[in-house]
Amino acid sequence: MNNEQKKNLKNNLFKAMAISATLFGLFILAVLLISIVIDGFGRLSMSFFTDLPSRKADQAGIYTAWTGTLWIMIVTALFALPVGIAAGIYLQEYGRKNKFASFVDINISNLAGVPSIIYGLLGLEFFVRWCGLGQSILSGSLTLALLILPIIIVSTREALKAVPDTIREASYALGASQWQTIQHQVLPAASGGIMTGVILSLSRAVGETAPLIVVGALTYVPFAPSNWNDSFTVLPIQIFNWASRPQQDFLVNAAAGIIVLLVITFLMNGTAIYLRNRWQKKIKW
Amino acid sequence: MKWKEKLIESFLVFSGSIGILTTLGIITVLLYEAVQFFSEVSIVDFLTDTEWTPLFANKRFGIMALLSGTLLTTLIAIVIALPLGLIIAIYLSEYADSRLRAYIKPLLEVLASIPTVVYGFFALTVVTPFLQKFIPELAGFNALSPGIVMGVMIIPLISSLSEDALYAVPRSLREGAYALGSSKLQTSFRVVLPAASSGVVVSVILAISRALGETMIVAIAAGQQPRLTFNPLVPIETVTTYIVQVSLGDVPQNSLEYKTIFAAGLSLFVFTFILNNISYFIKKKYTQKYE
Repeated sequence: MNNEQKKNLKNNLFKAMAISATLFGLFILAVLLISIVIDGFGRLSMSFFTDLPSRKADQAGIYTAWTGTLWIMIVTALFALPVGIAAGIYLQEYGRKNKFASFVDINISNLAGVPSIIYGLLGLEFFVRWCGLGQSILSGSLTLALLILPIIIVSTREALKAVPDTIREASYALGASQWQTIQHQVLPAASGGIMTGVILSLSRAVGETAPLIVVGALTYVPFAPSNWNDSFTVLPIQIFNWASRPQQDFLVNAAAGIIVLLVITFLMNGTAIYLRNRWQKKIKW
Repeated sequence: MKWKEKLIESFLVFSGSIGILTTLGIITVLLYEAVQFFSEVSIVDFLTDTEWTPLFANKRFGIMALLSGTLLTTLIAIVIALPLGLIIAIYLSEYADSRLRAYIKPLLEVLASIPTVVYGFFALTVVTPFLQKFIPELAGFNALSPGIVMGVMIIPLISSLSEDALYAVPRSLREGAYALGSSKLQTSFRVVLPAASSGVVVSVILAISRALGETMIVAIAAGQQPRLTFNPLVPIETVTTYIVQVSLGDVPQNSLEYKTIFAAGLSLFVFTFILNNISYFIKKKYTQKYE
């Protein structure tokens, strides 16, 4: 075998390895999805969505869980959206060259790497105890809002960065102030990108389990919450609860709950990707 | 008009400072409870004792028994994710045509978007029974299965970020290597990979940090038995699982047991904080700028 053939052989060997590595990842994904659908699909029914939790697996439903998830998602968005987008605007539009902004920047990138369970400890001590909010939806939502803030900030900045400076300069040339320029020119142009980030961050919040357990979400809640001071559970915690029981029937419930959770997650991520593609296509500068 | 803009601008500054307040808040809360904890438990015992039994009558506070579980599952995850993620990144950046890349990358990223509680269930009900066919002595709860599943979960973290770094290496470097007679494989590994090394290292650090803090996979599938071991076949407990375990129980606030979760959290935070800062530093300092 000459040198040339050796090179080719190595090259092809690497290609084969790489393709198997990629397929391995996708194969695991497929096995995961298929096994969960096989386990849980038969359990899905109207009553699964409307039943309260129960000690009997076949009578237990996810009503308190999905209402809790909905509450958490809305209240989290209520806090995280305005603050996250505002922080993104500040860092990208106002703070390009100042010390405070670069300090904030280090902080944000650091926070993005803090384990979610640590946010749970922050929420437990600060919101639940020091602020006296108790083990409520409000405490849980504020905790998750802090958790997803870095995601919203980073994607807002990316979206703003994509708006060319010529747009800003044209606006200034017409006599607009910096905020007028941002409000009427930059934000509308960046809205698609910002929305993408917001939806992705909320989808992350929906799947979070650990910080809410630490904040004090319950594994058993007899009633659906009616305001944000109520105690609550969420879908992932209900799944965790069922998955931790030894009885086979509860594992089936867990699988059915997972199908619901995955459908929500994939719908949100799909919407985000669709928005991003449409936004990128529409804007040609 | 003027005051309205001032008002809006101060809201923007306030929002920006929430990031700093959050960091300060985390450090304050962890230190506040941990200081009280260490007034009751000696820090030497905390770091050198080999057992962790704060919930038993005979209380021992050796954090190593938990940290070893965290490090073991992280190690298994990285052993899986690093080679696979890196090979995939090189393949997508250097070999695959752009249409294939446009399909494969988002598909792999689906792996990172799945809630971790789902992976925990998968590790417990599918991967562990499957592994037991080959390793009969594998316990129902163990470090191996959640470690592997965690590794699969963080593959896209390494592959996507590394691929971005590899792809950003300018064409001229590759062409220079080809002109000197290098094969594609040689070019990829000896020219492109070193040129993108800072980005690759950052992606790996982020993946490690993610694995250290991962909670639900290990809480469901690794067990709740703290022990100082690197045997992947037996039940263990990670730092994160312990925090979940205490949070689920009825531990009175202000008790020593309550404070242990902050001391445990602090140990975890120190690890990830150092790793995050290293990666930020590398990103800022060593990211090559090609013109």
